[in-house]
Amino acid sequence: MCLAVPARIARIDAPGQGTASYMGSQVKVNLSLVPQARQGDWVIIHAGFAISVMDEKEARETLRLFKEMAAAFPDEAA
Amino acid sequence: MSKISLELGSGGRLMRDFIAGKIVPSFADPLLRDLGDAALLPGGLAFTTDSYVVDPLFFPGGDIGRLAVNGTVNDLVVSGAEPRFLSLAFILEEGLESEVLDRVIRSIRTAAKAAGVRIVTGDTKVVRRGQGDKVFVNTAGVGRSIARPRPERIRRGDKIILTGTLGDHSLAVTLARGEYGLKSGVRSDCAPLLFLLPLWKRGALWMRDVTRGGLATVLSELAERLPYPLLIEEDKIPLSRPVRAAAELLGIDPLFMACEGKAVVVAPAARAGDFLRRIRAHPLGRRAAVIGEVQDRVGRPGELLLRTGVGGLRLLEPLTSELLPRIC
Amino acid sequence: MKPLRDPAALKALLGDIGERARRLKRKPRLMEVCGTHTMALFRSGLTPMLAEAGVEMVSGPGCPVCITPNAVHEAAIAVVTGVEGVTLAAFGDMTRVPTRLGSLQTAVPARGSRLRIVYSPEEALDEARRAPDRPVVFYGAGFETTIPAIAYTVRQAAAEGLKNYAVLPALWLVPPALRAILEAKDVAVDGFIYPGHVSAVIGAGPYEFVAGEFGVPGAIAGFEPGDILLAIRSILDQALAGRPGVALEYSRAIGRDGNPVARALMAEVCEPFDAGWRGLGVIPASGLRLRDAYAGFDAGRRFGLGAATADGGTDPAGCRCGDVLRGVVRPEGCRLFGTRCRPDAPVGPCMVSYEGACLIHFKFGPERRGRG
Repeated sequence: MCLAVPARIARIDAPGQGTASYMGSQVKVNLSLVPQARQGDWVIIHAGFAISVMDEKEARETLRLFKEMAAAFPDEAA
Repeated sequence: MSKISLELGSGGRLMRDFIAGKIVPSFADPLLRDLGDAALLPGGLAFTTDSYVVDPLFFPGGDIGRLAVNGTVNDLVVSGAEPRFLSLAFILEEGLESEVLDRVIRSIRTAAKAAGVRIVTGDTKVVRRGQGDKVFVNTAGVGRSIARPRPERIRRGDKIILTGTLGDHSLAVTLARGEYGLKSGVRSDCAPLLFLLPLWKRGALWMRDVTRGGLATVLSELAERLPYPLLIEEDKIPLSRPVRAAAELLGIDPLFMACEGKAVVVAPAARAGDFLRRIRAHPLGRRAAVIGEVQDRVGRPGELLLRTGVGGLRLLEPLTSELLPRIC
Repeated sequence: MKPLRDPAALKALLGDIGERARRLKRKPRLMEVCGTHTMALFRSGLTPMLAEAGVEMVSGPGCPVCITPNAVHEAAIAVVTGVEGVTLAAFGDMTRVPTRLGSLQTAVPARGSRLRIVYSPEEALDEARRAPDRPVVFYGAGFETTIPAIAYTVRQAAAEGLKNYAVLPALWLVPPALRAILEAKDVAVDGFIYPGHVSAVIGAGPYEFVAGEFGVPGAIAGFEPGDILLAIRSILDQALAGRPGVALEYSRAIGRDGNPVARALMAEVCEPFDAGWRGLGVIPASGLRLRDAYAGFDAGRRFGLGAATADGGTDPAGCRCGDVLRGVVRPEGCRLFGTRCRPDAPVGPCMVSYEGACLIHFKFGPERRGRG
């Protein structure tokens, strides 16, 4: 039940209310718990509420780390 | 005192128990006992019936009228019969706007024409406001049997073909109700499967349209009747982007979601390539894929297994209860 | 986030994990607290790979459907079957738990009443806004991830004067449950994978006692296969160095401080009490209930339902969900598992929820692999 997904805020519709785009779909998202969130931010959405704003720098860093690890095992590339 | 709950109509276990435990023994008829999508009558006739209670009546990609024609047509097609005649019965709620009924009738006419079936008998009843919900439709269909499904001839190595993406109908209807705050371009796949009919002459062993309960339920029920386990591959199952998104976001599983224009076809191993080419040649079958096979390398007889994207195995069981009511 | 599923990267991490596990004196046993982690581990096929690398995984109590005692599920059923003209809104999984009264799915609602499945608590609030004369009860179940959203609907209903909205709370706090598991000592845990989304709200601080008082390492993890392996590697590193802590291996999504806005909302609307968990019994300050200021929005008080504070209730005869939730037995250790208790005929809630260990083990269980 703690299923949550990352999605980008497509627009702010009203104070505390927005629409996020997720894989081409639009989902209503309540932004009351993340007052600092702006249009274009990536947020973690759980049960229709954004519970966290993602850190793009950290996300890029994680991706870089995994690409490096994968590069060390080139024969396993699937 | 036991009462009927919505769960009984969900396509899940309660419903299967009800049919097997109450309906079949009450009438003890060998034709009924087969529980196929249609009964194969003496004289080369196939006969089926279905009721439609979808809410809302109109949704992207379809409406109750189109569903009432194609649902019954498809039950005949997958039973090896060419659909010919339909009955049409309405149960209308007092106060329904006649314009709404006109739209439904127009849609039925268009769908029947497209499917090449004639509507030859019918009935109309009106119930008091609150005793029904706008429009309920029942259709019965009669077709000419052109081949008999032969599940008993299914062998190791035979292939399972899915004719397109899963779950579009179920999601389209749910989102049309305005539920879950989700919007997408998803459209119901409601369509007649007539293009599959020629496959019967080419040796198709078994077909089933993927409706309530989804692919997992349909194939689990097949697996229960076979001496070999079925194995399907997650990576090969076609999904539309909206269904993929809804599945991740809402935590629902497309393998259990209903379609109204998709079927699974079991093809003899040697003909699978030919079958796939023919299905893909039709606009409604463009995304068809061989998704699995009858095998005995993993699992036990009677089981339906899914090889997950990263190589794990998952056991699939029939749907226990659909959480989305009145989608057909 | 595809690179976090890249087989080459996962293999590299599994290699690191295997190497570290061998250097430890005994085979490490790690608990994944969150049911979503259990699901991710099995779905991705990591469980057997981890076993090969020498790491044993046990599932924890992180499934709200499972740890909610049947007394509460029965109260929800009582609302929809006993009150006329009410909408009971619930998350899908909550509706299938079998009780003495059947489940919400098999229950026949009172005249004019209905069950509605929702994705967001706000859908329930919206229904109350649309029809102010019709009572709407939201069966609000969840951990810290979900509680702020539920608290939001209560505060909002109060602000808007929506007298037809109420919540039947089943709100659970993770850190007190971890303390209960550590103090009970009936399962030796060498490390915890902390739930990423609960931590998005509470942050890392509330787990510090696990390292400080009990010397057990842990790491907060995301839900991609790569996230979980990074967390496991970090836990083993902490164990090898003899320096247990709370590592954050999900920093792209959450900060160490969690979400103070969400916590303030929880504190404004709810207060802790000694709640009874299935399997774990009564744990001090482990549940939340609505504060007196919001008593009018508590469905239990409004409809005179027995307080959901009682003991944990009893599991159905033979059912060992309680032991499974503590990590004391694996699902396969229950005599009902796979025989009398199956997904299409569940006896206990762990076979119902998509986050339930029994359902997940049944679907993906390694003991099924290659049997033929």
